[in-house]
Amino acid sequence: MRWIRRNVVVVAGLLTLAYMILPNLVVMVFSFNKPKGRFNYSWQTFSLDAWKDPCGVADLCGSLTLSFQIAVWATIGATVLGTMIAFALVRYRFRARGAINSLIFLPMAMPEVVMAASLLTLFLNMGAELGFWTVLIAHIMFCLSFVVTAVKARVMSMDPKLEEAARDLYAGPVQTFVRVTLPIAAPGIAAGALLAFALSFDDFIITNFNAGSSVTFPMFVWGSAQRGTPVQINVIGTAMFAIAVLMVIGGQLVSDRRKRAAKP
Amino acid sequence: MTATEAPPAPPTPPTPTVTEAAVRKVPRRKRLIPYWLLLPGILWLLVFFALPMVYQASTSVQTGSLEEGFEVTWHFATYWDAIQEYYPQFVRSLLYAGTATVLCLLLGYPLAYLIAFKAGRWRNLLLVLVIAPFFTSFLIRTLAWKTILADDGTVVGALDALRVLDVTSWLGWTADDRVLATPMAVVCGLTYNFLPFMILPLYTSLERIDGRLHEAAGDLYARPATTFRKVTVPLSMPGIVSGTLLTFIPASGDYVNAELLGSTDTKMVGSVIQSQFLRVLDYPTAAALSFILMAVVLVVVTVYIRRSGTEDLV
Repeated sequence: MRWIRRNVVVVAGLLTLAYMILPNLVVMVFSFNKPKGRFNYSWQTFSLDAWKDPCGVADLCGSLTLSFQIAVWATIGATVLGTMIAFALVRYRFRARGAINSLIFLPMAMPEVVMAASLLTLFLNMGAELGFWTVLIAHIMFCLSFVVTAVKARVMSMDPKLEEAARDLYAGPVQTFVRVTLPIAAPGIAAGALLAFALSFDDFIITNFNAGSSVTFPMFVWGSAQRGTPVQINVIGTAMFAIAVLMVIGGQLVSDRRKRAAKP
Repeated sequence: MTATEAPPAPPTPPTPTVTEAAVRKVPRRKRLIPYWLLLPGILWLLVFFALPMVYQASTSVQTGSLEEGFEVTWHFATYWDAIQEYYPQFVRSLLYAGTATVLCLLLGYPLAYLIAFKAGRWRNLLLVLVIAPFFTSFLIRTLAWKTILADDGTVVGALDALRVLDVTSWLGWTADDRVLATPMAVVCGLTYNFLPFMILPLYTSLERIDGRLHEAAGDLYARPATTFRKVTVPLSMPGIVSGTLLTFIPASGDYVNAELLGSTDTKMVGSVIQSQFLRVLDYPTAAALSFILMAVVLVVVTVYIRRSGTEDLV
């Protein structure tokens, strides 16, 4: 009893963690299920069928490819535009700074459904054809602010003396930027790009409004919740989870080794 | 988290003394650099974020039909009608989002505290575990709650055996000995989906606290509870504020949890906007609803930020 009282924070924290992990475990376990009806909600028998044929459901892998393409282009677009804004905000003086700051902050402080609905009114009024391009435009829009925030934090903590040193050593402005500034800002830019990719790949609400008849992976899952959930959804969810965790662990190992190599 | 004042721009390299014209020419070109950097991104936000708001405002005061087209008639009654017809959904959205935010704070704080102060060498592993769920699409994970909270499942069985369901159904959170398709399921899903958005800012602000402050409080005979209340909580205030905002704002407009885990009696305002826009095609009502939601959220957020006294956060 006393042990519990002393470790109440640990127990409560681990319970929260269990609450957060539980659905992932369910997704994983149910990727080996062989459901009776159309829905994969209750356990029947163990089977590897879905793992052997992950693309066995019509349109599933097509939607995955579409999501991936959109996420890649949205990441590139938002990272380039966002990094430029972040550098301008940190390094230069200019007019209307307050207005620009609010314009960047507001998309993050707006319920997604509001942005989704208003963007749809714009597209409808312009007579734009809904599909790949409208989704891409929307994704770049809402990822932009997050990239700006991530890159800005990094650039702000940069030591300006390093660039001064480069210039004292007769590096031109371009050389200073490419050889000194960019490498130091890289972790911030990478963090922003990763965030943009994750946000874009998993976005549902804005995509649902502006995709027309195109179907991204989250939209496929949404549709299947009404029509019947194929086990393949769980397979893909589990595989993405496994790949990402392996990448995190791999990255950790590489950085550990580098640290050890740099020590002596 | 905007910097109102930027750190001083790095000094420009000393220009060799030349004619006055050249001196004037170089700075002018330099002065334009920030505008060129800002132009594409800001233009993007103006055209695809700000302009749509204008279009939406105009749509909300139009009348007409899909066949004959819509026209601006300054028909403000749409707003009044929308509020009258859908105020239960509005109240419900704020109530569910508010409850989920409080639950996220109560559940998230111990975990953030654990990772920041007690985890030791397990810290990185725990952080990965907090972020890891993100790697599976949130819709798939939300559907998993249908399995967890299934009517004949272990969770519902246990809650029933412990007589918890009697209490919750008396409170109106559950009904008919089931959890799915009740407010409890929707709030549970919202809490689950937005927990990481609460934990990460909390962790960031807790991690910055100097451990010696806790020792100092102990040296001054503060009991652990007092130390927590007088030292830890005030110092983690920025994390609490940004965490609650990051949870409340998206939760108030969410319709995924209400649609997947709830029933027609748990519909939130997001569902209404979605169906008016995509199925009923009543654009003015949908635009008005969306505008009201935006206004309500902005007012709640502004008041909250003012009261918590961390305006420099935004």
